[in-house]
Amino acid sequence: MELSPELQKVIDGLKDTFESDYEVTEQYRGDTIIRVKPDHIVDICNYLKEKHHFVYLADIFGTDRFTSDDRFEVIYNIVSLKTQQRLFLKTRCEEENPHLNSVTSVWPAANWFERETYDMFGIVFENHPDLRRMFMPEDFDYHPLRKEFPLLGIPGSIELPSSTPDTE
Amino acid sequence: MDPKEINTKVNPSFFKEHQRALYKSLEDKHTTVEAYDSEDPLGSKMILNMGPQHPATHGVLRLVLQLQGETIEKSKLDIGYLHRGVEKIAENKTYQEFMPYTDRMDYLAPYNNNIALCTAVEKIADVEVPERAHYIRMIGAELSRISSHLIFLGTMVMDAGAVSFFIWTFREREKILDIYDQMTGHRFTVSHSRIGGVASDLTDQAIAQIKEFTETFPQELKDWHMMLDRNRIFYDRMENVGNLSTEDAIKIGATGPTLRGSGIQYDIRKLEPYARYDQVDFEVPTRMEGDNLARYYVRMEEMQESIRIIEQCLEKMPKGPVRADNAKQAYPSKDEVYYSMEGMIHDFMMTDIGICPPEGYETYHAVEGPKGELGYYIQSDGTGHPWRLHIRTPSLANLQALEAALDGEMVADTVVIIGGFDPVMGDSDK
Repeated sequence: MELSPELQKVIDGLKDTFESDYEVTEQYRGDTIIRVKPDHIVDICNYLKEKHHFVYLADIFGTDRFTSDDRFEVIYNIVSLKTQQRLFLKTRCEEENPHLNSVTSVWPAANWFERETYDMFGIVFENHPDLRRMFMPEDFDYHPLRKEFPLLGIPGSIELPSSTPDTE
Repeated sequence: MDPKEINTKVNPSFFKEHQRALYKSLEDKHTTVEAYDSEDPLGSKMILNMGPQHPATHGVLRLVLQLQGETIEKSKLDIGYLHRGVEKIAENKTYQEFMPYTDRMDYLAPYNNNIALCTAVEKIADVEVPERAHYIRMIGAELSRISSHLIFLGTMVMDAGAVSFFIWTFREREKILDIYDQMTGHRFTVSHSRIGGVASDLTDQAIAQIKEFTETFPQELKDWHMMLDRNRIFYDRMENVGNLSTEDAIKIGATGPTLRGSGIQYDIRKLEPYARYDQVDFEVPTRMEGDNLARYYVRMEEMQESIRIIEQCLEKMPKGPVRADNAKQAYPSKDEVYYSMEGMIHDFMMTDIGICPPEGYETYHAVEGPKGELGYYIQSDGTGHPWRLHIRTPSLANLQALEAALDGEMVADTVVIIGGFDPVMGDSDK
């Protein structure tokens, strides 16, 4: 499929500036997804924001590919308010001890989205100002959106408040 | 009490680690800014815990506020009390089976959630939707936008002290629910949209009710404007409260009326038009002030625009089928199911296997919900179940902006500011 001229410029610029980090561009039904290596993700995001006006971060989320190498994927959903384009930036991290640099310094909005990704997949974002779980309590030991986590949950994994009123 | 000691003073009875981490993170927020004022001889500092069971927080939102006298020095939000794991559930359902769960996400505007899922699946599976279905969807979505804004208006004005106003907005909302009853068969959790169209066509009575509503509602809006706009109490409670500057709003990722109230004209209906929003004529109300009053005006004007859209839809709506006539892509109509063998087989196959997008595809599609950009990211593995379905919910983004906007405000304004951001916890907690 044809890329719009604006996005073609973004991809060319990205290829030139981060030659060793750029991997592939995929297109599905008009959505453009650029995959890059995880090492310089903050620089890449900074470049996209400063040079191509991708100032609005709509979302960050993870997926579990359930493969032996590069198991987890983190996808950044960014919008350029100048050219009205949406772009997806994607990077992968390994199964053992997945970690990634936090982009909160580029987009402060990344704060809660990264916390959610950490909560659901256990991907640790380094240099994050406040990396706590988003939805599950801190006492919970699992990461529920990983594929090995059972749909019905793990009995006894979470302490429930007493359902009987206090009678002191 | 020195707020730093809270972790030694409080003894929570459950989720101990969670509470400790929350108070610790409150302590750490803006530490560089206030390293100098550790002394507090008058004891005017306190930590106030608000929620999760609190009538003014619109659901199970919990705020931990550090106060200096009556000013909020810093705040932390704790959400997740309504977390049901719908994304995990979606991975174990067919696309159509997941639909009733979306009703319960943003439960104030179920219709928008339905079409958000349907349009996303239609995009990834390349399903053609009949023209009439697009217009029915737009009517439903705009009605649901009005009904959501009516709750916003009623509750926020009630938070500011005018209780009877709440009853007036609910009277109008009741009319919308009656329309839904006629239109879809349900009043609240409608599940009316289907992949490839909608469940049923509009009846004549439903059209008559919608027409009547579009005629009477603008007068109500006018009356409310007359009552509120120059009302001293309302104005003073709203103006310059909960400020979010344009730069901050974009940085912190606010969305919907919150972002538009801060001066960014960001509306998915204009940015990436879906359904037939490129065929109708409407404005995107935007205000520069970024305070609660601006958000109130944006929503009021949006209701006016919604009425305009509905009127145009009724005019432009062509005759024709309301669901795609392709057994591989959409449910057959009930007439076919009951009177033909093929129809019955197709119905069974759709229920059992469902619609199968191509393997390895991943797409994102967003609609403009009443609270902002509501998007579904779907990764397909070629089966009838999504491999991963991620929901980008507007309330989560707006709550993050709320945490930033609360710092420096007065504690008495907290509930009004929450009302102005209009979060729905079912939406943000997934």
